Formats: sequence, C-alpha cells, structure tokens
Amino acid sequence: MTRRHFLNHLATASATLPTLEFIAHVQAHAADLKKRQKACILMWMGGGPPTIDIWDLKPGSKNGGEFKPIPTKVPGIQICEHMPKTAMVMDKLSLVRSMSTREADHGRGRYFMHTAFRPNPTVVHPTFGSVVSFELGRKRPELEIPAFISVNAPSGSPGFLGAAHAPFVVDSNGRIRNAQLAGDRNRLMRRLEMLTVIEKNFINSNRGELPLAHRDIYKKAVNLMVSKQMEAFRVDKEDPKTIEMYGNNNFGRGLLMARRLVEVGVPFIEVGMGGWDLHQNVFNTLRDQRLPILDQGIAALVQDLTDRGMIDDVVLVWMGEFGRTPRINQNVGRDHWAASWTVMIGGGGLNNGQAIGATDKDGVACTTQTYLPGDIWATVAHALGIPTTTVHTSKRGRPMKLANGGTPIKELIG
Amino acid sequence: MWRIMLAAAVLAFGGGVVDWARAADKPFTTGSSDVLIDYINQQIRQAWKDNEVEPSPVADDAEWLRRVYLDIVGVIPPAEVVEEFLADRDPAKRSKMIDRLLDDPGYVRNWTTIWTNLCIGRQTPRRVSRKGMQKFFREAFARNRPWNEVVYDLVTAEGHFEENGAVNFLLAQMTMPDNGVQATAKTTRLFMGVQIQCTQCHNHPFNDWKQSQFWQFNSFFRQMRRIDHRKPDPKTGRLVDDYSELVFQEFTGPVYFEKRSGLMQVAFPRFFDKEVDPGPGVDRRKELGRLMIEGEKPLVAVAMVNRMWGHFFGYGFTRPIDDLGPHNPPSHPELLDRLAREFVKSRYDLKQLIRWICNSEAYNLTSRFGPNNEIDNPAAGEMPLFSHMYVRSMSAEQLYDSLIVATEAHKSGRTSWDEAERQRQRWLQQFVITFGTDENDETTTFNGTIPQALMMMNGQLIQNAISAAPGSFLHRVLSQRTSDAKKIDRLYLAALSRHPTRLESGVALRVIRATPNKVEAYQDLFWALLNSNEFIFIH
Repeated sequence: MTRRHFLNHLATASATLPTLEFIAHVQAHAADLKKRQKACILMWMGGGPPTIDIWDLKPGSKNGGEFKPIPTKVPGIQICEHMPKTAMVMDKLSLVRSMSTREADHGRGRYFMHTAFRPNPTVVHPTFGSVVSFELGRKRPELEIPAFISVNAPSGSPGFLGAAHAPFVVDSNGRIRNAQLAGDRNRLMRRLEMLTVIEKNFINSNRGELPLAHRDIYKKAVNLMVSKQMEAFRVDKEDPKTIEMYGNNNFGRGLLMARRLVEVGVPFIEVGMGGWDLHQNVFNTLRDQRLPILDQGIAALVQDLTDRGMIDDVVLVWMGEFGRTPRINQNVGRDHWAASWTVMIGGGGLNNGQAIGATDKDGVACTTQTYLPGDIWATVAHALGIPTTTVHTSKRGRPMKLANGGTPIKELIG
Repeated sequence: MWRIMLAAAVLAFGGGVVDWARAADKPFTTGSSDVLIDYINQQIRQAWKDNEVEPSPVADDAEWLRRVYLDIVGVIPPAEVVEEFLADRDPAKRSKMIDRLLDDPGYVRNWTTIWTNLCIGRQTPRRVSRKGMQKFFREAFARNRPWNEVVYDLVTAEGHFEENGAVNFLLAQMTMPDNGVQATAKTTRLFMGVQIQCTQCHNHPFNDWKQSQFWQFNSFFRQMRRIDHRKPDPKTGRLVDDYSELVFQEFTGPVYFEKRSGLMQVAFPRFFDKEVDPGPGVDRRKELGRLMIEGEKPLVAVAMVNRMWGHFFGYGFTRPIDDLGPHNPPSHPELLDRLAREFVKSRYDLKQLIRWICNSEAYNLTSRFGPNNEIDNPAAGEMPLFSHMYVRSMSAEQLYDSLIVATEAHKSGRTSWDEAERQRQRWLQQFVITFGTDENDETTTFNGTIPQALMMMNGQLIQNAISAAPGSFLHRVLSQRTSDAKKIDRLYLAALSRHPTRLESGVALRVIRATPNKVEAYQDLFWALLNSNEFIFIH
C-alpha cells in the first residue's frame, strides 16, 4: 500500500495517479534538484532586538551603551564586540541599517514585519512564509512535509492564502508530537474511508471555507505521518560536533533543523529566538545570555551552508518586530523603537558584505534612504526566483501586490 | 414520534428540503417574548434589507442544540439530551433550553475558563494563582454577579492570591517592574475595548488617543505593589515560593513620562474628562473602578456586549472585538448602543444578555448559506450581517470537555475535581506558544493546523476516547443487545448530536460487517466521527 493511496481517500476530485516510472524518476533526481532548490531561513527575534547594540553601534554617543564595535571580515563594517564569530562571516551577510517602520507595538510590529502590510481589520495578510509556501510549495511535488515550518515561534497567519499555507509550528527538540501513526495502515485506511463520508456530507452542505480547509489540513497531516522526510526534524541524528557548533540550545538546534529541512526541499523556515524585549538591564542580558547564543548560531549556519555549497541558494533574514530606543531608560533598558533600526540579510546569491543605509551619530534617525519590510521581502522574493510583480487576490477579490509592492534593494541584487 | 421521523428524514436527505423563500417570511420565535429581542430582530433584518441579502432558514433542532450547548456550557450535548430535545413538541423548547443551560453547572465552568484565559492567559505566569483566579470567577458566575461589580473587583483588588483571587488579574500584568504599564494597557483593552498600548510612547497614529492619556490612565496603577513571599522548604531548608499578594503603596502627585523628543512630561490621574485628586488619602484604583462603571452607557458595558455578541456569532460588531472607537465604527451601531444601555439597566445581568442574544432570530439560523446571502462572509473581510450562523472552531477546552461528554467519562467519576483539572491543564499546555515578549502574549497551535490534526488522529486523548476497555463508552455501547444500526446511531448521536444519513449508516454498516474484529471497526467509526469537520466546528 503506498502513501498515495491514502491520500486519494481524502481527495475529492479523482486525481490522476502518477505512474510508477514517474515516481522513480522524481526520486532519482530529487537529490540533485534539492541541491539547487531555493529557500529562505528567517531568524525571528521575538520582542524586538536592540540593533543599536548589535549591528549599528554608536560609540561616543550618549546613546552608545556599554559595547564596543569590532572590525569584521568586510573592511569598513563594524559590529558588536560580542558577535566575534559572526564578524568572521560578515562577507556572506549584509546589514540594512535604515529600517524605518513606524509600528512600535508588539502585535502590530510582528504583523507588519512578517507580512509587509500594516494591520487592517477587513483583511488578514499572509505572513511571508505562507507566501513562499503558496508560490514554491506547489512547485515541489516531491515535498511531503509542509512548505512552511516555524521552529520555536508561532510566526503569523496564512491569511487569505488559506490554512494549507499556515506555518507548521514545531519545537527544536526534533520530535513531532503525535506524528506517530496509531495503529496500522489498514486501520488508517478504514478510518479515512469513513471520515471521508462524514467530511463530504458537511462540505456539501454549503458552510463556507473552513470545512474545506479541514480536509486539506488532514490530507497534509496524513501525508506527513507516512513520510520519510520527517527525518529532517531529527536534529538529534546529527553529529554531536555539529550540534555543538550551532549551540545545543533552542536557537542553535532550530537553525540546524532549518538546514536539514532546506535539504529535503522545504522553501521557508522560520526559527524563533525570544527574550529581546529588554526594557531593563539590556547590556548584562545581551552580553551574558542573548548574544553568545545568537553569535554562535548565525556563524555556524553561515559556515555550514557555505561548506555544503548551499549558501547561494539559501537566503537568510534576521529581524524582530522593531528595534529599541537609542536612549537608554532609567532601568538601563531600551524601549520599543521603529524609526531607525537594522535588519540583517544574507546568503541567497545576494551581493553580500554590505552595510546599506545609515543612521545619525546618536542612532535616532536615518540619514539615507529608508526601507520597509516590503523591500526586504521583495529582495527575498528576488533571491528565491518569485517574480516581484506577482499579485495575489484577497478573499474579497482585492488585488494584493507581493510584499506590498516593495522593491528589491538594488545594492543587494545588482 | 412523527417529529423524530421527520427530523431523521430531513437529515437523511442532507437537510436539502428546506423552503428558503418561505422560511424568510415567517416571524421567528424561540418561544421567549421580550421587546428587546424584537428590537434585535428588527435591527438585524433592517441590515439584511439594506444590503439585499436573504437570511438562511432557521437551523434544525439538532444543529441548534449542539451550537447552544457549545456556546453556553462549552460542551456538546449528551446523546440522551439530543434525543429528548428532538422529540420534545413544546414550541417554547428553545427558550426553555437556554434557561436550563444558564442554570447548568457547565455554565459556571465554561465562563470561568473563558475569563481566566482572558485575564491571565493559558500559560499561568509565574507567581500567579490560576486556582485563585478560577475561584473568583466561579463565584462570580455561579451567583450571576453584575458585571460592573466583577470589573470593579478585578481593578481594585488587594490581598492574598488565593484568598482574594481577583488580585491575579493584576498580578499577571505585573510580571516585571514596569510602573503599571502592562496593567494599564490590559485593563483598558479587556474591560473597555480601548487599545492604548501604542500610546505609551507616542500619540496614536489613527485615533484621538494621546500619549498623555496613556499616562493619565497609568497613574491610577501606581499605588500597587506585589509581594512574593518565600518560605523555607522543610526538607532542604532552601527558600521556595510561597504565596504572592497585591498591596497598596503610597503614591501621590503626577507620573512622569518621556516624549519622543526626550522632553519629560507629567500626567495626573484623569479618566477621560474626569479629574481625580492626586493628593494623599485617595485610593486611585477605587476611583478608577468607580469611574469605569459610572453612567448609562459606560465603555465597560459596550465592550462586554460586543464581546458577548462575538462569542455567540464568531464576529462582534467591531473587528477586533476589543478595539472600540471612532476609528473603528461598529457594523450595527444602534443595536450595540441599545444593547449596552439595556445591559446597564438590567444591572449588568450577564444571563439576561445571553438570553437576549440566544433567543434572537439571527442566533437561531442555520450555518448553511445560499446564493442570496453568500456575500455575508466576514471571513473574507465583509461586514458581518448575521444572515446565517458563521462556522467556528471549538477551542481546545471545548474539545477536551466535549470528549468527556461524548465518551460519558464523567459518569465513571473516578478522579477528583482537582486531579481532573490538573490533567486538563497539562493537556492544554501542549498548544500554548508564546511570542517571547514581556507582555506575556501567547497564541495557540490549536488553530486548525497540522499539530491539531495530528493530535486528533494519533494523540493519547483520542486513543482514550475510542478505547473499548471495560467501563469505557464504547464498551457500554457494544455490550448492549441492539442491532449494528442502533449502535451506529448511538455513536453519531454522541459525537455529532444527530442521526446518521442513510449513506453514512450504509457505509458504516458495510465496514463493520466486512471487518473481522468488530470492536476495532466500531473504534474506527468513532475515530472518524471525532476527527470530522462536523465534530470540531461549532456550526
């Protein structure tokens, strides 16, 4: 009994079964194809990271804080002294130092940065991972697991693209809860047969999209339960030295899992790292807790992707909801700040090793052209081969430009 | 008897025999009469007319009963209640059912769950007592305390987190020393539907809220302090967590805040246009509580009416339900206004508010829609017109508790309330996922995506639900000397609150007869029922 037989039970239209030869052909070439497959890894810094202390230091300013800048592999680009490993791979990364995004509330900032659209009560815009799932997932028939996976972070909503493109949210321990088939395949067949009858009855009674989405999600879940690609989640199967290199913590394991997922053809993985909402005690927390983990993880991922010849096919993005106030508050913390901050982007065949845009000497304003999340996502789309002229249609029939009509950053794609 | 047969016949043909045109003309009643219900119906109908939609027909009894159970008591109806209700020929049976559910212990449990989650989240913050919070709400809902009093208590509470459970609402907003910023934002949003969290740092971009107003509100929350007591562990001698409490601390004068420009400003306690004495001897939270619930139509009443309506329809009069104001006009402004005023006049009687909503025509319509009202689709961003019920998903709590009803686990009565609640909380935790911010905001993976489907297909909870071990629901059904058709019917009633269609029972019979191990076949049928779209959706 093949997996495709199961799926057929849940399919409403009688799908044509691919021939055995075709499947063999796909499998033989899959390894080859996957090597060239494009993907994006988003490192999501939940809470809003103080980029003024990480990527765009202001030595000599009253806002400068406690950290010193250090040189990187790229002459002229300096980053925080507590990011020494990342400094050594800076040629594979770029900094966009003039983000000006206005949304300084967690919920609104999270939405805006993930979708490129500002929140609007009448439409839910898809988080960009869902866009990539929609655009690239359907072009990868050999992919049996979801095309958008989010590790350690809830990410956002698929919005009008529908639940089939929702992030599959997992944690970094590598065990997917409840993915183990309960009972044998014959029983599953029997169960699905009866399930299909009930599902159809409800779908046909005209109750909107949710019942259809339910069917699609079950199809995906069954697909996943019987897939060998589930091994990609098993970070524990990696060489302990590799795990050590990334850092045996949620962020490090998440990035390592992301690399494994890219290797089986997943086009978008979000890896979350929380704890950046540093309203107080910002410097000690960064130095002792956040930055060592961040530095090790980013550097290991870049190195690993480079060693495997994947760095030009995998675009990396590092961002949070917003940056943090240049002014240091009375609790030695920094508050929410969206007017002038930094997003990191890298890999993906972009012209890396650049610092694009700049802020003034105190970090309170951008002194160059400013950028919006749409520009970041348009750059990512460009790197992934998704036409930036793509337009989606909301459920209400409104056209929605990819990345809210953002423009790829010319210095990066030239 | 003819009624049962008729109901069964309607279901057997997929419910397609309803006369759409006639259903729209007949004045609908649940058997309850109240001028306010007439007003609701009239207002909702006016919007149908204005927008040129025809309402869907009234839901059949099986569909409606399941919905009203899930909405009021948070669980699906037991099979025997379904049978009784379908057979009942009393024309006022719907309104009677609403009253009966409002007096059911499940009412208290359901609303305690809802409000505990709203006040302290699903993942209890450290040094907050979920038990205390639940106890407060249990008492409030059991005694049907006026909502204004409940809000007043939550805003003004002081004391030990188990002795006065109301303090847990504020304790949960005080997980870090932030000068009451989080408490300010959460209180206004949750109880008044006013979102001012952005104005902490700057004037609101879309409405009239000014940064100074945030800090005026905030100045009400400066006279509180949490004390987290510790005690030595008798075994190790090490200090461990003991109780926490919320106490009054002296604070007078203005609060200081920083403009974007770096300029320092002051803000005095002020509730909209009402100033409060900033001097000593004034308990500012008591003043705030009093001002919040004062008048003929305070925001506390509007926000609760809107939230309640949203609870029963899936969509409130504004979207989101907790963002009221001129920047976000409601879909039915006059109805919201009148309901809020009547709610205040009723002395904030929550059960009365629920009665008004559940006895309305709109609440009694089917979730099926047709060509004449398919544009009424708020999921696509349209303004809700309530011309049919909107399909929604059960919450994780509703699923868990419904499985207990479907499998009649409550009848075995093996575990204590405390132990049962602990198991429930442990199970619920698997879906909670946090955003990693200081606001303790969280979301759930019980959102119709793959983790939920995997849990439903393979999780221990479902495996327990379809267990056929002695004492289990399936064991009892299978031990009865009835036909396979009867047994199948019983499983459908338990899971979907309706009889199977002819096609459904035919397929089930065929599978059961073809399977050597009959017990397994029944387990598989029950599995299919519990995994179906019809089971997980409130419709």
